[in-house]
Amino acid sequence: MTLTCITNGLLHDPANNIDGVVRDVWIEDGRVVAAPTDLGRRADKTIDAAGMVVMPGGVDMHCHIAGPKVNVARKMMPDDKRTAEPVRRTAFTRSGTTGSVPSTFATGYLYAGLGYTTAFDAAIPPLLARHAHEELEDTPIIDKGFYVLMGNNHYLMKQLQENEPERLKSYVGWLLNSTKGFAAKLVNPGGVEVWKSRGGNATSLDDTIDHFDITPRQIISGVATAVDELGLPHPVHIHANNLGVPGNYNTTLDTMNALEGHRGHITHIQFHSYGGDPDDQSTFCSRVPDLVEYVESHPNITVDVGQVMFGETTSMTGDGPLGYFLHKVMGRKWFSGDTEMETGCGIVPITYKNKSLVHAIQWAIGLEWYLLMQDPWRIAMSTDHPNGSSFRAYPEIIALLMSRDRRREMLARVPGGLKERTTLADLDREYTLNEIAIITRASPARILGLKNKGHLGIGADADVTIYQPNEDYQRMFELPRYVIRRGEIVVEDGEIRSNTEGRLLHVAPKYDEGPIDDIQEWFEKYYTIQFRNYPVDENTLHEREVIGS
Amino acid sequence: MMSDIFVLIPGRTSRQGTALNEGKYTDTYKEEITTLMMNAEDMQRLDLETGDRVRMWNEQAEVVVTCKADKGESPPGVLFISYGDISSQLMGGDTHGSGMPTSKGLDVQLAKAE
Amino acid sequence: MSIAEQPPTTETPELKIVKDATCTFCGCVCDDMELTVENNRITKAKNACVLGKAWFFNHHIEDRPDATIDGQPVTYEAAFDKAAEILLNAKNPLTYGMSDSTSEAQRVAVAITDWIGGNLDTTTSVCHGPSGMAFQGVGEVTCSLGEIKNRADFVIFWGGNPAESHPRHFTKYSLMPKGQFVPNGRKDRTAVLIDVRKTKSAKAANQFLQIKPRSDFELAWALRGLAKGLEIDPDIERKTGISLETLTDLMDRMKKAKFGAILFGMGVTMTRGKHINSEAILALTRDMNRHTRWIAKPMRGHGNVTGADNVVTWSTGYPFGVNLGRGYPRFNPGEFTSSDVLARGEADAALIIASDPMSNFSQPAREHLAKIPSVVLDPKLSDTARTATVAFTTATYGINTPGTVYRMDDVPIPLRPAFESPYKSDYEILKEIERRIRAKQLGV
Repeated sequence: MTLTCITNGLLHDPANNIDGVVRDVWIEDGRVVAAPTDLGRRADKTIDAAGMVVMPGGVDMHCHIAGPKVNVARKMMPDDKRTAEPVRRTAFTRSGTTGSVPSTFATGYLYAGLGYTTAFDAAIPPLLARHAHEELEDTPIIDKGFYVLMGNNHYLMKQLQENEPERLKSYVGWLLNSTKGFAAKLVNPGGVEVWKSRGGNATSLDDTIDHFDITPRQIISGVATAVDELGLPHPVHIHANNLGVPGNYNTTLDTMNALEGHRGHITHIQFHSYGGDPDDQSTFCSRVPDLVEYVESHPNITVDVGQVMFGETTSMTGDGPLGYFLHKVMGRKWFSGDTEMETGCGIVPITYKNKSLVHAIQWAIGLEWYLLMQDPWRIAMSTDHPNGSSFRAYPEIIALLMSRDRRREMLARVPGGLKERTTLADLDREYTLNEIAIITRASPARILGLKNKGHLGIGADADVTIYQPNEDYQRMFELPRYVIRRGEIVVEDGEIRSNTEGRLLHVAPKYDEGPIDDIQEWFEKYYTIQFRNYPVDENTLHEREVIGS
Repeated sequence: MMSDIFVLIPGRTSRQGTALNEGKYTDTYKEEITTLMMNAEDMQRLDLETGDRVRMWNEQAEVVVTCKADKGESPPGVLFISYGDISSQLMGGDTHGSGMPTSKGLDVQLAKAE
Repeated sequence: MSIAEQPPTTETPELKIVKDATCTFCGCVCDDMELTVENNRITKAKNACVLGKAWFFNHHIEDRPDATIDGQPVTYEAAFDKAAEILLNAKNPLTYGMSDSTSEAQRVAVAITDWIGGNLDTTTSVCHGPSGMAFQGVGEVTCSLGEIKNRADFVIFWGGNPAESHPRHFTKYSLMPKGQFVPNGRKDRTAVLIDVRKTKSAKAANQFLQIKPRSDFELAWALRGLAKGLEIDPDIERKTGISLETLTDLMDRMKKAKFGAILFGMGVTMTRGKHINSEAILALTRDMNRHTRWIAKPMRGHGNVTGADNVVTWSTGYPFGVNLGRGYPRFNPGEFTSSDVLARGEADAALIIASDPMSNFSQPAREHLAKIPSVVLDPKLSDTARTATVAFTTATYGINTPGTVYRMDDVPIPLRPAFESPYKSDYEILKEIERRIRAKQLGV
């Protein structure tokens, strides 16, 4: 067993109350261990981190990196890649392309290069889970998993309609076991079904969904209840209705209320924080303060931001009608893909311009969230990659949070009208390294229920990032000195040193199997594959770990 | 002997698909991909009968196939053959920047084989 | 026991029944096959169509050498070594085919091509590659096959003959099935066939529109105009063979549909216009969504060509026609696609997996392929295997080997093999070749 010691580094391990203290980290067998008590036992390998900042590996809790939707976006956007810096093959690493939707090998290398060691794809239709697994296996180095789309699932909606919460709970358990997914995901609950059946959408939590006679509110409350009763490590993960619509902060408040005290994670909340009137663009503004107040006073709720950054990117979502809306607004090419019984999908390339007041407000809203939220443990950094921006923007976002001067520089390049629409210009707060370590590592790990991630206490996975301090925080975070996975150096000074495979993290909740016959009967009526061919065969999966009991 | 320009459409048939599985060197398959289905009026005009051998050619190649009257599938001027080795010979190498050679709607000429 | 393992096959020494098996002959990828296996032969294939039966009954174990070099039987070891040597020595190798293969094997083929810096192309380039290109220009509004089954009340088949190319498509997905919102099945649906020839599929349709060859683009464009309420020149009849009156009536009915689907085939992609034809159809479908719900779907041909697209895309970012020669992926149909790379004499070696370009490609392409060293993997003897430098007889995917394949609508489906084969699978062979290539490259 190789005993490794990272020595003399300035450790930031907020989950264990270590805030920038010189402390050694001992690693053996891929885990953090206590310093040897036997003074005769020396480290077999030492990494001298003197003067450097040591943090747990980054955790991206909401991104789109693998599976059918992401792959369609790659296929659709050769133009996005033509001038983007490619990932060149080396003696032992594969080649790839970047742009806003990198290829799988490139994705793994780029995340690792930034010091991220865990990432979760936010939206996979259960029927297509196998595809996500194959892509994740071709995404090197990082540990990963995915959330399973359920918010427009016909069986689920039927159980709500027939008032069968026990069957609904079993179904959620069955779906997660069948797909080897990590969490229950709701995207525009009920709204996508309205798009699929007649090209419309749900506009309020109390709309009745065609054919099912239920409401988005019921979906939110029903699934949140099931998730808590199943004891899943991560709460129900919600992309709320009315994403992007001015005035939608009300829908967000409604959504949080609909949880009725159950745990809930509201994702890319930036897109759901808008005030104003949809028919009058000049009223578009931020309502972040109202939402922050609500979230701060409701400990059952956590959020990730979904930061918009200026530039070209690709919007991709399970929210079918949103895709159509963006296509009509932007006039750009549009993909829509409806999956039987389960969900939808919309993909449209998008450009966020600093000269557009609307885009500038969106950008400011994201930053407002970070700066106004006092409890860093219930907020996580994300760009909803690639929707708001690429995950490669994280170092720049960190720099903006840590330096108000940097923010002022950017504020000088956006339309002046921003001042009345958001509070950003008035916010002086500067994030500390510790707070950054929380929102990029410790809080996403905690929100996900990953006991061995996001911290470097004894027993944690030995995923460590070591940074060379730099006044320019963006540079500091863009190029870690070392990235370590399970105790092995995987990246050194921007070069990949080890092409490991990473591990799938999934849940396997216990559930009452009684309803399976009913599920099968329904399945065989409407699906177009055999019931037996639906679940993923765990024997075909590579290395994996079950999270939770 | 007049040689009009015809439009050739190579395509799939059930028989071609099943014979393909049996093997590309079976008689069934060879027969299938060398049978040219023709509109009855065209055949009459060219003085052809089912079973006659015909030469079919364009800039790319010349092949010899057996003609057969169809059951009214093709309009006059259109020919059909099960796609395979023979039909592919008539394709040009130029894909016009698309990667796809022109594989259907090929201009060909016909004459009864002596 | 995992959920996926439940009801087993029924088995006696002479007789085995494999349920929920998958047929990979065409893009329907029907996974409801019930195969009876006797003495290493499939003797019954319940639920299979005529093509599926031919597929299952004819892929038995043949008496052929494991591997040959220049036609002479050799050991696997010798063949792997020679194959790796050919690929390593090449300056501009081409990997082609891959569609009759599992995604697991496809991933290895892509890896090999990445390591050696070759051209990577699949049968897509001569099938729906043009539709892929159209999609890159315009996007696509589509759905999984079950959505068509459950919602579609208006179906247009364009440039295809599903009755003969995808025999169970009508019954399983697009025409006959009783769906959730189409409770009366066929009675609730209107079917229109647009094609040059009145094929067997015409019998299944309510209306047949006989289009003149090479006028698909004009027809789709006229329909787009009608959808937008523009005035269309009646001269369209002279060009397409279909009257403006017929088209206007068609568009009226299309607008009144609850959920329409355009399923299009090679008649659109292989003829004059190619990707421009596909683009017109995709744009038409997109436009229809302003009025009601419409989707479009290319009818993919081979069992796992969709998988090939997916694997190549997630690995490189591009679906086909990829070049890795500079150490990173570049995409250009017409430049790196196999028909061109061969016809122009640019490839200096080839790795051909489960396909037969020597029978299906143009003359100039075939002539060149015959001249260069090639490594060929195929369960059956073909012209391509005959001209190969190194040829491997492989086990047949889905019949002998497990793995994953992607249906025409991108739904991934597992394979349940019927009986074992003494031959190695293409996955195993490619892995061995990759191992040797890597050993050489890493100086191990």
